[in-house]
Amino acid sequence: MSTRALLSATDLGMIRGERILFRNVSLAAHAGEAIVLRGANGAGKTTLLRILAGLTRPETGNVNRAASHHWIAHREGLKPHETPRTHLGLWARAWGAPTDQIDDVLNKMALIRPSDVSARHLSAGQRRRTALARLLLQERPVWLLDEPLTALDADGRELLLGMIFEHRMQGGTIIAAIHGDAGFDSTCEVTI
Amino acid sequence: MSASPILSAFRQALTEAWAGGAGALMPLGFFAGAAVLVPLGIGTDPDTLRAVGPGILWVALALASLVTLERIFQADVEDGALDLWLQTGAPASMIAAAKAFAHWLTAGLPLAILSPIFALMFQAKADTSLLTHMGLYALGGLAFFFWGGVGAALSATVRRGGLLISLIALPLYVPTAIFGALAMSGGPGSTGAPLFLAASTLFALAVAPFAMGAALRLAAD
Amino acid sequence: MFSWFANPHRFLTLSSWLAPICYALGALLIAWSLWQGLWIVPKDEYQGGDIMRVMFLHVPAAWLAMASYMGMAVMSFIWFIWRHEVADIAAKAIAPLGATWTALCLATGSIWGKPTWGTWWQWDDARMMSVLFMFFLFLGYMALRAAMDTRQKAARAGAILAMVGAINVPLIKFSVDLFTSLHQDASVITVDGPKMAAVYLWPLLASGLGHSLLFAGLVMTLMRAEIWQRRAAQIRARLMAGD
Repeated sequence: MSTRALLSATDLGMIRGERILFRNVSLAAHAGEAIVLRGANGAGKTTLLRILAGLTRPETGNVNRAASHHWIAHREGLKPHETPRTHLGLWARAWGAPTDQIDDVLNKMALIRPSDVSARHLSAGQRRRTALARLLLQERPVWLLDEPLTALDADGRELLLGMIFEHRMQGGTIIAAIHGDAGFDSTCEVTI
Repeated sequence: MSASPILSAFRQALTEAWAGGAGALMPLGFFAGAAVLVPLGIGTDPDTLRAVGPGILWVALALASLVTLERIFQADVEDGALDLWLQTGAPASMIAAAKAFAHWLTAGLPLAILSPIFALMFQAKADTSLLTHMGLYALGGLAFFFWGGVGAALSATVRRGGLLISLIALPLYVPTAIFGALAMSGGPGSTGAPLFLAASTLFALAVAPFAMGAALRLAAD
Repeated sequence: MFSWFANPHRFLTLSSWLAPICYALGALLIAWSLWQGLWIVPKDEYQGGDIMRVMFLHVPAAWLAMASYMGMAVMSFIWFIWRHEVADIAAKAIAPLGATWTALCLATGSIWGKPTWGTWWQWDDARMMSVLFMFFLFLGYMALRAAMDTRQKAARAGAILAMVGAINVPLIKFSVDLFTSLHQDASVITVDGPKMAAVYLWPLLASGLGHSLLFAGLVMTLMRAEIWQRRAAQIRARLMAGD
């Protein structure tokens, strides 16, 4: 199958101060694939994801982005006064996505009850699900996820795994940094 | 490139300003406090107050801007929202400019609008010049918020970066403060000064966003 | 041409003989100008008597304050465009030295100002204010670089600030000149115009050149120290990583 890679990177190398985080990292993610990044804490998984997202400039190498991507990081991007509803409203409008789907998305993410609770009063799991809800606001082929399972309970895990499965079925691709059991079959694992 | 991320950034910054508890009241309180303390400090001679009043208000406006600016970018860095803004496809400079402008609207412009009250407390003559001065404070405040935004963006990753922001912003504030005070002095040079003030504000609007954008991209790196 | 200078090794070789020459020449010129200025030239009662001799330190310091800031900005720009590490090292080295000469200018200016002021002083007034803001620009630059986590981020942050500062310097100078010219009545006197007697001019120029050479030598020395420090850090990092 010679489909073009949705996201590919060649020969990435990164330095922090004087420390070489990693070098000669190349990868390519095609439709339906999932790449899992593994490594000890501080090894550079987050940095690699940030390079793939375009947030961090690599020391060497380049990234080829053939498609748009979603970014879910460790810090959810929630302001203390934001509610799940206002958060999704903000980003739907910022991305030019329809706002009439928000109730639907909140439902799917089991956030209907706390939909108007400010983030400072939400549980860690609810905050994580609010961030993950952004994935449903707009269809983007590539998902870059940094420790997406953090703070999720068993139901939350099932929910996310379902979303990942559906996304891959529809031709999307996932690149995720995950600790422990991913819960899905990965196409390949990259260890930093 | 669609404008929706920039507009959203602007709107969110507006809500931000009011949402943080006291919101935009803090710079106002600061402004008021400074304006009230000065006569207590330098004496209540009406002529002295009238002479120093405009200068004091400019200083208070500058300091009040620094107080608000400390929050605007650092919060985004800390909670990960900056990452999201930088990935919307809109230029970082425009996102930054939208936020700086929104904070001027909620903290800088109200101070300008209330300036006649403080001017009267400083024994200014109650005539139409107070309205012109309002416009001058508004223009000057805009420059303060944009240059201060450069300092805030550069210091966004620094814990307790308030002092650093002030150190960076102070030289950049000088032309605006000088032109503003000159414009209100009524003495020689006051006729040309408003034009210089407008020009230096336009200069700030043109240059500062690019510096803010570069600084924000650095903060996210 | 820039690329030729961009090699740290070449810079180390060049500066190993160039820096001592700058020190030697600079010291000679400064010594001559001080001897002339403090003992030989006649005192000018109109300008405040003996105290005006401090001009031979004050004026070159003012020149250097401005020139070194622009030098720092130019180095930052070169680094920003071409990423030559030596340019960033140069900018980083100039900052504390520029701050020192700026402080020297402010100190000598205050010393000069204490007795009664003559017509020379208006020029210095505007110059003093501009120099004061140069001082803050230098301090801000150093503080910002120090607050960054890694040296790459320090270089980027410093470059942004130096360039923004440099763009603003003409505007700051203009506004300060406008302000001070309106507050004084007499016209502004330029130091190196035909108005200045030759007996003052030559020691002044010598002092200016001498201080510039001394400054250049010190910049080179600081740069050499920085290059060695970075090399040591790299070796240390490699050892720690077990390479």
